[in-house]
Amino acid sequence: MAIALTVNGRAHTLDVDPATPLLYVLSDDLALNGPKFGCGLGQCGACTVIARGRAVRSCVTPVGTMDGAEVTTLEGLGSIERPHPIQQAFIEEQAAQCGFCLNGVILTAKAFLDQNPSPSDAQIQQALSTVLCRCFTHTRMLRAIKRYASVPRRSVADANAGAKAGEDA
Amino acid sequence: MSASRREFLKGGGALIVSFSSVATLAEQLAFAQGPFATQDRRVAQQVDSWLAIGADGRVTAYTGKCELGQGIFTVQMQLVAEELSVPLARVTLIQCDTSVAPDQGTTSGSQSTPTNFNEANLAQACATAREALLRLGSERLGVPVDQLTVVDGVVGVQGDASRWIGYGDLVGGRKFNLTLSRTAKRRTPDSWTVLGKPTGRVDMAAMATGVFEFVHNVRLPGMLHGRVVRPPTVGATLASVDEGSIRDLPGVVKVVVRKNFVGVVCAKPWQAILAAEKLKATWTPGAALPGHDGFYAHLRSQKPSRDTRLVDSKDVDDRLAQSATVLKATYLHPYQMHASMGTSCAVADVRDGQATIWSPTQSAYPTRSGSALLLGLPVENVRVIFTRGSGCYGINGADTVSYDAALLSQAVGKPVRVQLSRRDEMAWENYGLAFVIDQRVGVDASGTILAWDYEGWSPTLGGRPGYDRPGNVITGQLAGFDPAPFTPRSPAPDPGGSFNNNSNAAPSYVTGCVGGRCGGAGVVKSERVLSHTVRSPFFTGPLRSPARLQNTFAHESFMDEIAAHVKADPVAYRLKHLSDERLKHVVQEAATAAKWDARPSPRPSTSGTGVVSGRGISCVAYEGDNGYVAMVAEVDVDRATGRVTARRFVVAQDCGPISNPDGMRNQIEGGALQGMSRCLGEEVTWDAEKVTSIDWRTFHSLPLGFELPAIESVLVNRTDVEATGAGETAITIVAAAIGNAIFDATGARVREVPFTPERVKAALFSQR
Repeated sequence: MAIALTVNGRAHTLDVDPATPLLYVLSDDLALNGPKFGCGLGQCGACTVIARGRAVRSCVTPVGTMDGAEVTTLEGLGSIERPHPIQQAFIEEQAAQCGFCLNGVILTAKAFLDQNPSPSDAQIQQALSTVLCRCFTHTRMLRAIKRYASVPRRSVADANAGAKAGEDA
Repeated sequence: MSASRREFLKGGGALIVSFSSVATLAEQLAFAQGPFATQDRRVAQQVDSWLAIGADGRVTAYTGKCELGQGIFTVQMQLVAEELSVPLARVTLIQCDTSVAPDQGTTSGSQSTPTNFNEANLAQACATAREALLRLGSERLGVPVDQLTVVDGVVGVQGDASRWIGYGDLVGGRKFNLTLSRTAKRRTPDSWTVLGKPTGRVDMAAMATGVFEFVHNVRLPGMLHGRVVRPPTVGATLASVDEGSIRDLPGVVKVVVRKNFVGVVCAKPWQAILAAEKLKATWTPGAALPGHDGFYAHLRSQKPSRDTRLVDSKDVDDRLAQSATVLKATYLHPYQMHASMGTSCAVADVRDGQATIWSPTQSAYPTRSGSALLLGLPVENVRVIFTRGSGCYGINGADTVSYDAALLSQAVGKPVRVQLSRRDEMAWENYGLAFVIDQRVGVDASGTILAWDYEGWSPTLGGRPGYDRPGNVITGQLAGFDPAPFTPRSPAPDPGGSFNNNSNAAPSYVTGCVGGRCGGAGVVKSERVLSHTVRSPFFTGPLRSPARLQNTFAHESFMDEIAAHVKADPVAYRLKHLSDERLKHVVQEAATAAKWDARPSPRPSTSGTGVVSGRGISCVAYEGDNGYVAMVAEVDVDRATGRVTARRFVVAQDCGPISNPDGMRNQIEGGALQGMSRCLGEEVTWDAEKVTSIDWRTFHSLPLGFELPAIESVLVNRTDVEATGAGETAITIVAAAIGNAIFDATGARVREVPFTPERVKAALFSQR
């Protein structure tokens, strides 16, 4: 079955089993490094992508349900040369140890903050209640998320527009 | 210099990757064509084994200590830059590739900083090279060495800015042909310009933007995808496999069976997952597992055991009999697991009698040897390229999945990638040790400890495979290799050699006297430490602060119980029984920073309902002398639910001269919270035949959304001593600090990890 996906601004038509979880299509067929296999059960967040404007756990999302969707992965947000403001916040806070969970943390936080630009601490906690980091870099990551939340929305909108257009992908 | 090194140096410039300083896959392949080098420890006595300087003045350094998330890659780059006086950006570091890097064993045990900063290794190689460069500069410039300066890789004449020569012109592209000098002068911490500064991780931007290449992202031309089929229960053996059961599935390339090892190889990852699920294999069950309930009693009563007396002053029974009071308590710690965020993954390409394995192992050379045994290949035909995985915190599935990939690739003669399922990662890894610890002290009428008696039991099976024991992890055992044999020994022989508190089996408060020499951190002279190792039904192995964490939980909780019994302030009582100045200092620093409220625990009024608050302290001299740390924890306890919420951690740490203050803070913060997660919720469970902690619902890791304590780090920077490890210090003392704070808040003592709400409530109830 042919499935159409727009990933980081680039259109693809893929001939895959529609039951295949989106994660394998992204990481194997499209050779993207951002989304990670953490559990395959939707419990940890490592596989998160933003699809149709929401944070989606790609390891439990059949690609067939994403036909025609626009998908953004971590590498689609920004680049080393031009990181997205949320990526910049994580770099400035040095918010990582092994870095494996970063994909899920950044994308979950971004999708949430885009919908809720001035959240309370409790709301941020709720949004991250099923996102894991086994190095327990939690303190820095929350600092980075709050730093991003304080970035003027206009800069974020510009960066999002850039990401959507695939400029940095 | 080996042929492959020559190959490597020729193309050395191409290895520089701006964002991560890690060679890309294509570049690794480009220099994998030559014969494989053998880098033994003898070869590593040569400067050329550790570094090369190109004609452009760029430094390429090689290390056998790898990045696991602890930041050692960046810190080693700082070290090279510092010792050679070159900018950080001019250093390329190659880590743990057996074709070029020196064999430094395993990256573990908080030994990377001590090894490469203190011993005749990377630092000394750089210092030797720097002296050689100065000598060469002196010859070329015609000026004595003491009138030269080195800045940014340029040797210049003091007071004459026109006369200088760069490293590239001095040695560029040529070998040093020098043995490491033990007397080459190291840069001193007071003159550091690169070390000692809060340097950002060189890999940070690549990780944050999703382009960083983990081992999970290694993609080879023609690569297939493997999946293992582990036994359904512990100890089960394979009766038969019905290959026809997956004949109709798309993409199946091969079913691979080797003794009890079963795997499938498919064209695509999802096909491999489906094929492994559907493959019909029949297994003969193994022996029933000892019950999870009652396991601690089982540990304590199990025979045979291997017994060790770390220290024994031979007067403990007499002194206990003479004491005004004898206090006793038993502490219990479960098996815990590494439970890495990403399941373990490796890629192997085994064909034509050669093997290349991209592996996240902490032990590149040992994994090379173990893989050679499994594959039946000469070790020199195997190359292991360390490639970053998910944080491991000890031996997670990295080694075993490397064997999985190697076996499957050999069977199909093509490159194969294997990533474990969440269940296979969790159900079969080498768990951190369970422990039962009996503590006993005698206290005199004035409240001073006279004698300390420790007896502990812990189970083991397997462990790190080392160079010749692939059976120490599940894949090796399934494929027919035995784990290291259990060697009973009882009774324990007299303590021999010198006091070595490597596992922190002795509390900090004893003198640690063996053979007339005392190496302990404390003042209690009557001391006995007796440990029993018994057989484990599950594989075990080092998990961050192995045994040290469990022992320290027991020591530091018990010390708090003793202080409470004699109505002494827990900080003052510790200081009274400590002799080690560095340990005392961090205790004082933590207490001062936390504005410690000096009084006995528990707090005056612990009755009532609702949420109550308390504070606790704990400390350790990690491994006896490898880092000094103290922590004050402030917690809330909900008396109705038993729920514990940590509000504030203050950690004071002395690890000698600090290489990267921000990196150390990151390790303290991560260690403190990982320690909190371990002591509040992490426990491996099992039923009569199999492990039941197989995902994040059945093994609990505190999520990012958990209510977090404020963490304050007090860094004690001591430049007059050698650097110690800093990755396992903080985590070691968290359980006791929290347990002591729970006691302070409520008067109830929780002696079993994890401190689940049910256990806390039970402790509250039993105190009524």
